[in-house]
Amino acid sequence: MSEQENATIRIHIMGKTYRVPAGLTIMDAMEYSGYRFIRGAGCRSGFCGACSTIYRREEDYRLQFALACQEMAEDGMYLVQLPFTPAPRSQYDLEKIDPTENVLLQYYPEIARCVSCNTCTKACPQDIEVMDYVQAALRGDIARTAALSFDCIQCGLCTMRCPADIKHYHMAQMARRIYGRYLSPVPEHLEEQLREIEEGVCDSELDKLVAMNEEELVLAYAARIREEE
Amino acid sequence: MDRLTYFPGCSLKDEAKEFEISAMAVMKVLELPLVEIERWNCCGTVFSLTEDDLMHQLASIRNFIRVQEAGSDEIVTSCAMCYNTLKRSSLFVNHAEERLEKINAFMDEEVAYEGKVEVRHLLEIIRDRIGWEKVEEAMIYPLEGLSVAPYYGCMLLRPRQVGIDDPDNPTIMRDLIDALWATPVEYAFQAECCGSYQVVDHRELIVERTHRILSSARRAGADVVVTSCPLCQYNLRETQSELKEKIPTYEEMPVMYFTQLMAVALDVDSGELPGPLLARFSVGEGVGKGEG
Ligand code: SF4
Ligand code: SF4
Ligand code: FES
Repeated sequence: MSEQENATIRIHIMGKTYRVPAGLTIMDAMEYSGYRFIRGAGCRSGFCGACSTIYRREEDYRLQFALACQEMAEDGMYLVQLPFTPAPRSQYDLEKIDPTENVLLQYYPEIARCVSCNTCTKACPQDIEVMDYVQAALRGDIARTAALSFDCIQCGLCTMRCPADIKHYHMAQMARRIYGRYLSPVPEHLEEQLREIEEGVCDSELDKLVAMNEEELVLAYAARIREEE
Repeated sequence: MDRLTYFPGCSLKDEAKEFEISAMAVMKVLELPLVEIERWNCCGTVFSLTEDDLMHQLASIRNFIRVQEAGSDEIVTSCAMCYNTLKRSSLFVNHAEERLEKINAFMDEEVAYEGKVEVRHLLEIIRDRIGWEKVEEAMIYPLEGLSVAPYYGCMLLRPRQVGIDDPDNPTIMRDLIDALWATPVEYAFQAECCGSYQVVDHRELIVERTHRILSSARRAGADVVVTSCPLCQYNLRETQSELKEKIPTYEEMPVMYFTQLMAVALDVDSGELPGPLLARFSVGEGVGKGEG
């Protein structure tokens, strides 16, 4: 074995020190050390936001935030996993809310407490301008809140850090829902397609499919023409 | 053309859209357009009075950093509340090395604030950089016969260090009204507090104050009251319906932003004007417009 493959690092998980092979993600390093994830792991590919992790390096005063399945474990890291962010979500019926400027403030009034410390932004593993979307929400700009928070994976790290008790990701999710339901322009091709369906343009093709037996269906499926993406 | 680095503030994007619409339109014809800074956050709303509480200066300071990033050293706002908060923050940290150092250390790897941004209110800019003569020259519909009561409230004048005019005897709005050929109304409560955020928990207090302020303006002959603050505007406008319920003879007083008054006279987009004003006056073509 080469020296590289032999290399190990020292990490501290909740105060206990372990030696693990170099080159593992934080999540893999923790599993290597014997931890089993019952909570706090999901997609293992950086999409679900379940694996929020907090760490510090020996030489750095800053607390760092990351996704355990994405960040590489480094020598001297102090680690802890965050299985859940305690943050209540407001109840609303999307069909019944009034999508005017004040709606986000109405359901999440604490956004008015933002002191612009930017701590949320520094905690975000998705590099989202979290403070800017809270500020956009505060001034009633739902479209901007939705756009700026688009990459949010609901990990909750921003919310764990906020001195103003703001529930950023729940609030932003509401903004994106309102945007999708009421504010985003309806694409022309969708309207066109819906009209065609209502006018029965697709009916005869559908009837043909319904009339097929299994064997014919399999053949038809294999012979289908795919639209280019 | 010269331009101004403009900070709108949250209210002007929401409750007070007509303030922004009229301010933008007016400044365009006065050839000193307002150009909104690309990124900004809430001004902080209320200036923190605690000497060692630097955290609550951050909201203002972040805006100063955005101005700095945009290559400017001046931030202009028309909202009296934002003006007051931003201005006091700037006086608190500009040229205060120790405070700046602490704040910049807190912001850590972010861009540091250099402490050089000056805060100005739009009325000051119009007075000092444009001048009343030029406003008068740009006027299309003189407001002759319209009696206008200026309402300053607190935020434009107090504390003295940030006041855009003499807090005991302000003239800046009177001069503006004069320039538009309207009649400025003198009354006792032009710099009286509207009750501010007490509207949230003690609405009855605001109703009382609105009554005192607006009745005084009415007795002095005012047809309309002009303000520079979305909160004053809200308090003076919205509590009048309660007054009407309490006092059947109470007659509604139209309240609008000073920039709307200018917009009417300069014949540019004024945003939504108060209904009673449109219904009761047709001074010049301007005010009468929209009546069909
Ligand atoms: S905005 Fe907050 S919840 Fe969303 S990804 Fe960033 S830190 Fe996580
Ligand atoms: S952490 Fe909270 S208070 Fe600080 S900028 Fe973000 S939302 Fe505002
Ligand atoms: S496990 Fe889904 S983001 Fe890490």
